[in-house]
Amino acid sequence: MKFVSEFRRSELADGLISQIHRQSKTPARFMEFCGGHTVTIFRYGIRQVLPPTINMVSGPGCPICVTANADLDKALALSQVPDVIIATFGDMLKVPGSRSSLQQVKADGADVRTVYSTMDALKIAEDNPTKSVVFLGIGFETTAPTIAASILQAEEREIRNYYVLSLHKLCPPVLRAILDSGEVKLHGLICPGHVSAIIGSHPWDFIARDYGIPCVVCGFEPLDILQGVDMLVAQIENGESRVEIAYRRGVCPEGNQQALKLMAQVFEPCPAHWRGIGEVPDSGLKLRRRYQHFDAELAFNINPGPTYEHVGCVCGDILRGVKTPADCPLFGKVCTPQYPVGPCMVSSEGSCSAYYSYGGGLGG
Amino acid sequence: MCLAIPALIKSIEDREAEAEMGGITRRISLWLTPGAKIGDYVLVHTGYAINILDQKEAEETLSLLEQITRLAEEAG
Amino acid sequence: MEDKILLAHGSGGKLAHELVERSFVKPLANPLLAKLDDSAVFDFSGRLAFTTDSYVVSPIFFPGGDIGKLAVCGTVNDLAMSGARPLYLSLSFIIEEGLPQSELNQIVNSIQKAAREARVEIVTGDTKVVHRGSADKLFVNTAGVGIIPEGVDISGDKARPGDRVILSGTIGDHGIAVLSQREGLSFSTRLESDCASLGDLVAEMLNVSPNIHCLRDPTRGGLATSLNELAKQSKVSIRVEEEKIPVREEVMAACEMLGLDPLYVANEGKLVAIVPAEDADKFLTAMRENNYGKGAAIIGEVRAENPGRVVMETCLGASRIVDMLVGDLLPRIC
Repeated sequence: MKFVSEFRRSELADGLISQIHRQSKTPARFMEFCGGHTVTIFRYGIRQVLPPTINMVSGPGCPICVTANADLDKALALSQVPDVIIATFGDMLKVPGSRSSLQQVKADGADVRTVYSTMDALKIAEDNPTKSVVFLGIGFETTAPTIAASILQAEEREIRNYYVLSLHKLCPPVLRAILDSGEVKLHGLICPGHVSAIIGSHPWDFIARDYGIPCVVCGFEPLDILQGVDMLVAQIENGESRVEIAYRRGVCPEGNQQALKLMAQVFEPCPAHWRGIGEVPDSGLKLRRRYQHFDAELAFNINPGPTYEHVGCVCGDILRGVKTPADCPLFGKVCTPQYPVGPCMVSSEGSCSAYYSYGGGLGG
Repeated sequence: MCLAIPALIKSIEDREAEAEMGGITRRISLWLTPGAKIGDYVLVHTGYAINILDQKEAEETLSLLEQITRLAEEAG
Repeated sequence: MEDKILLAHGSGGKLAHELVERSFVKPLANPLLAKLDDSAVFDFSGRLAFTTDSYVVSPIFFPGGDIGKLAVCGTVNDLAMSGARPLYLSLSFIIEEGLPQSELNQIVNSIQKAAREARVEIVTGDTKVVHRGSADKLFVNTAGVGIIPEGVDISGDKARPGDRVILSGTIGDHGIAVLSQREGLSFSTRLESDCASLGDLVAEMLNVSPNIHCLRDPTRGGLATSLNELAKQSKVSIRVEEEKIPVREEVMAACEMLGLDPLYVANEGKLVAIVPAEDADKFLTAMRENNYGKGAAIIGEVRAENPGRVVMETCLGASRIVDMLVGDLLPRIC
C-alpha cells in the first residue's frame, strides 16, 4: 500500500460514477471549499462525468486568493527594509498587491526567496546571521501548525533573526459567514481534507446541525472526490444531514492533537480580512504575546501605503460561489494567467486559473 | 489547498526523519507527529508530517470502492 | 591557492591567449579550431540548418551533466529537430571573474565528450570575462550548423489530422534534477538530467522514412508548451492520453511534493515527433532500438477540430485542456 496510485485506479472510478448516476435524482448544488479539490476536479474533468442533477461550485478555500491586498502590501513593504530576506512559499510570488508583487520587487533588487518549508527558512536565517528573515505565513489550519513549530524551533535553536508575518486564516468561521449570507444555496459540502487532518471533523458539525447541509471530508485523488460526491448524494436521497469522513486513511474525528496544541500555544484567533468577503471575526491567527518578538509587523517599522483594489475584478464574488469565472468581465480578456488582475487567476488553485488552464468551456 | 503527499519514514533522528516518496528522499519534521515510527506512512505538507496514514482504513476504503464497482457491473 | 579566472583572461592579451590555447584549443582539438583564425572556413553543399542558443542554467553542475554538456546537446538537438545532421558548433563563454580554473576545465571536458559523442566539432569561439556579479558564474552561447538530407522537410506547421504523436521517453527528468539542487527545495534523488544528443536518433528515424512531419525537443516549458506550439503553427488540435505519457516515479513524486505538473517541466534529451499514422509503428520500433528512444511511446493524435488546442484525456475518460506554460514554474504549497 503506497496510498497514491491505488486511489487513481480508473476502473474503480467507473463504478462510483455509475452509482452516482443511478442514485442521484434530486438536483443538488455542492461546494468544494478547498482550492486543492478545485484543482483535482478540473484536472481530471470530474464535472464532465457527473449527472446533470449535480451542480458543482467552488468556494474560497484558496489561502492565496483570499489574502487581501492590504496584507500583501505589508509583505511588499517588508521586502524594502534593508537587510531583510523575505522567505515565501512559491504561491505568493506572482500575486498582485495594490502596486506591485513579490516577483516584481525581486526583479527590482529585493531579496525574496522561494522555500518549500519553514525548515528551509530557518536554515536561511542561520546561514545569514547579519540579515533578518521574514517568513510569509499564509495558509489555513494545515499550514499554521508548521509555522508554529518553526517559531518553537527558532526559540530552541536560539535563532534571533527569524520573524513571521502571520496572514493565516481559519476555515470554519468563513464557512459560517458564507452560509449566513445566504447568497448561494448549497445542498452539500465537500470539506477540506488536509485542514481536517489537523482539526478533525467535529468543527464541521455546525454545518449539518445548524444549516441542514450534508458534509463529507474528502481526500485529493479523483477517487476521493467521486466517493465524496457519492456519499453526499446518498445523504440527500435519504434526507440526512451529517458530517462523514470519506478520507478515513488521513482524517480522524478528533484531528491531530499535537498540531492543535502547538497552534494554540503560539497563535490566538483574531479578526481577519478575507478578500471578497470582508472582515470575519475570529477567522485569523496572530502571535500570542509570549511570542510577539517573532512578529514581523511589530519588529519592523513599515508603511505599506494606501490600499488599492483593481476595478472590475470580481474575485470576491467568485470566491463566495456567487459568480463563475465566465461571469467576470475581465476573465480571459484583460485577466489571464500571463497578466493576472486578481488572485483567483494567479493562484494555481484559484477558480479562474483552473477554469482557464483546464478549459472550463469543456464542461470541466 | 494544502498539498500533502504520503511518504514512508526510513529513519528518525531526534524530531526529524528521512522520508521517502516515490524514490525521492527528503528530511522532514516530526514536530506535529511525535508518535510516528520507522515504517509508518505519513502525510507530508511543506516538509512536516501532519498525520500518520492509517493503512487499515486505506485498505477498507479500497475494498468498499471495489465492492461498489462490482455492484455497478452487476447492475449492468 | 586555487587558480581562478581573472578579468585579464578576457582582455585579449597574453593571459587570454594562454587561456584559449590551454583550456579550449587543446582539449577540443580539431584542425579548424587550431587555426585560430577570426572565422572558421569550410565547404558545404545542400540545405543548411542554422541555430543559436544561450545557456544560463544554475547551478552549472547538476546531476547527470553540466552547462557544457547542455550547451552541446541543446544546440545539436535544435539542428536535429530540422532533420539536419549536425556538423559544426561555435562556442562563446562569458565568465564571471573568480570562476575556479578547475571548474572551467571540467566543463570543457564535458563539452569535448559531448561533442565527440554527437560527432560535431567546435570550430570557433570567443571568451569574455566580466566583473563579479555580472554573470552567474558562467554563461555559454552557441551557434550550430548542420546539413539537411535531400527530401527532408520537417517544420512545425506540417502536422495533419490523423497524424500520430510519438514521445521518445520519460518527461520531467532534467527539470526535477536541476530543481533538486536549488536552495530552499532540498530533496535528494537518484534522478539525473536526461541531457543527451539526439542527432543519431533522428537519423535512424529518417532511415525509416523521410516523411516526418514535425519534430520538437520539449525544453523549457515542457511537453505541454511544445505541443501547444505545434498545434498553433499547424492550425490543428492535438489530443493526448494521460495514461500513455511516460513519467518516472521520482519525477511524479517530486512534482506532487512541489505542486508541479510534469507536463511543464523541462527536458533536455527528449523529442516529440508527429508522423503519418500508417508509419507510426515503424517509427516507434526504430526509436526503441536507440539508446535515447528506449522509452518511446505513441501518446496521442492530431485532429482537425478546435485548432490551436491541446486536449488531454484523463484517467477518468474526461477531457481537459493542456495550456502553454505561463511565466515561471513555481513550487506551491496549496
